[in-house]
Amino acid sequence: MLRDITIGQYYQTESLIHKMDPRVKLGGTLLYIISLFFFRNFWGYVIAALFLGLVIRLSHVPFKFMVKGMKSILFLLLITVVFNLFLIPGTELVSFWKLTITVEGLRTAITMTIRLTLLIIGSSVMTLTTTPNNLTDGMEKMMKPLKVFHVPVHEVAMIMSIALRFIPILMEETDKIMKAQIARGADFESGSLLKRAKALVPLLVPLFISAFRRANDLAMAMEARCYQGGDGRTKMKPLVYQSRDRAGYLCIFVYLAVSITVGRLV
Amino acid sequence: MSIILDHINYVYGGDTPLEVKALDDVCLQIPDGQFMGIIGHTGSGKSTLVQHLNGLLKATSGHIYFNGEDIYDKDYSMKKLRSKVGLVFQYPEYQLFEIDVLSDVCFGPKNLGLDKKEAELKAFDALRKVGLPMELYYQSPFELSGGQKRRVAIAGVLAMEPEVLILDEPTAGLDPKGRDEILHQIKQLQTETGMTILLVSHSMEDVAEYVDRIVVMNKGRVMYDDAPKKVFSNYKELEEIGLAAPQVTYILHELRSRGFDVDTGATTIEEAVATVQKALPWNKRVFYNTVQK
Repeated sequence: MLRDITIGQYYQTESLIHKMDPRVKLGGTLLYIISLFFFRNFWGYVIAALFLGLVIRLSHVPFKFMVKGMKSILFLLLITVVFNLFLIPGTELVSFWKLTITVEGLRTAITMTIRLTLLIIGSSVMTLTTTPNNLTDGMEKMMKPLKVFHVPVHEVAMIMSIALRFIPILMEETDKIMKAQIARGADFESGSLLKRAKALVPLLVPLFISAFRRANDLAMAMEARCYQGGDGRTKMKPLVYQSRDRAGYLCIFVYLAVSITVGRLV
Repeated sequence: MSIILDHINYVYGGDTPLEVKALDDVCLQIPDGQFMGIIGHTGSGKSTLVQHLNGLLKATSGHIYFNGEDIYDKDYSMKKLRSKVGLVFQYPEYQLFEIDVLSDVCFGPKNLGLDKKEAELKAFDALRKVGLPMELYYQSPFELSGGQKRRVAIAGVLAMEPEVLILDEPTAGLDPKGRDEILHQIKQLQTETGMTILLVSHSMEDVAEYVDRIVVMNKGRVMYDDAPKKVFSNYKELEEIGLAAPQVTYILHELRSRGFDVDTGATTIEEAVATVQKALPWNKRVFYNTVQK
């Protein structure tokens, strides 16, 4: 039932991208997303798409997994396209009934679609090739300088990794409780909006209770193993840059330079 | 009437790298009023199997007939099926949600469209059947002990008055006393009402004493399907798939191999005691001989 949700899913396989330091992937994804907003012509997007295609080839993740993530934003994409297409004023292209499509509208709609698609697929490449734990490790190390400003970096990272760890557990639990209540004749799928909202009570109450119970158990287990926050804690596998990571950074900067020059100047 | 499973296959996570065949060509016929045990190691497909019986999972291929009707027919009402086939999940106490025990048990009957009074009558009846003390009926279900919570959850399904009751590991996590009490109550329920009962378990000991028939599942397939005595005679094969026959089976087989004329088909402790006592007086000499060896 709930197994279809794929956002933030990890795809297990062996590849150069999988082995890369999470900081390279995080930074690279961020820079890639920023670059998408700099282009003024279509050539920039062509280069961005080619670069992304290359990374996907290197990652050994089947392309259909990337597309799966797109399903979740299909609706958003549709709204963006419709609004841009009909609401941007400019030179008239086609007109029927009360609606007009302008050249500018069409151009913005296409640009937006390409931009959002690349953005989503680009970030799914990161989540598909990096385990949640690795990702939070990378974030923790990247944000370490913020400690000077009393930002609780370690705590935030710990909260994030626990939250990510609990998503599949709670999803499984939801599935189980849902089935148990359906077996008792509960109906989650029909009726008015109010009725459906009410039908969620037998699902949400047990789910919350079990979430609190698990949180409590986990806190107890952490304390029993002498967890006292980040101070003085060392890593079993500390993140150290390898030559492939440096090469990764280099590739990203070369891409940035080329795509922005071409995207803005040509 | 009965439940018939006709060549049921079920595949988890089709076309991903994690594809698993959870049920592999399962054929079963469950007549009315039978007390059947389904046994298998963790991951043998027993929980998957029972979730097919009330339509929570739909078979990848194959048919299920309940009282002669194909439940995968387009106009077959799943809601009706679920009121006839009650399924109590593993650790059912985690599904409780109401403010007091009685209203929680009323949830099922109310979903069937009964009014408050009728639902409460059925709830009272169900709570009595599972043997929960009357003074707990208006307490919060979250304040009860583990064993009591489990009874409430079982009552929650019983209150729908199903024709078939499926219990998935009803004794998991209970102490031996709580386990015996629950199993005893289930047996009593079966003799009182003549309900068909399916008991899923990984413990032979649990099941041996109560059921008429045992189905052993292994890797999604039905391995044995027979009376307990006959199934347990394959105790060596059962061990290979990570299960064990009841302890008395081992003792009796050992006694027999040392020359005692005991009936190795005894499955409960009472039967074992009887057959050992019967064997002893005639075989005193053999017994002494064995000891002297």
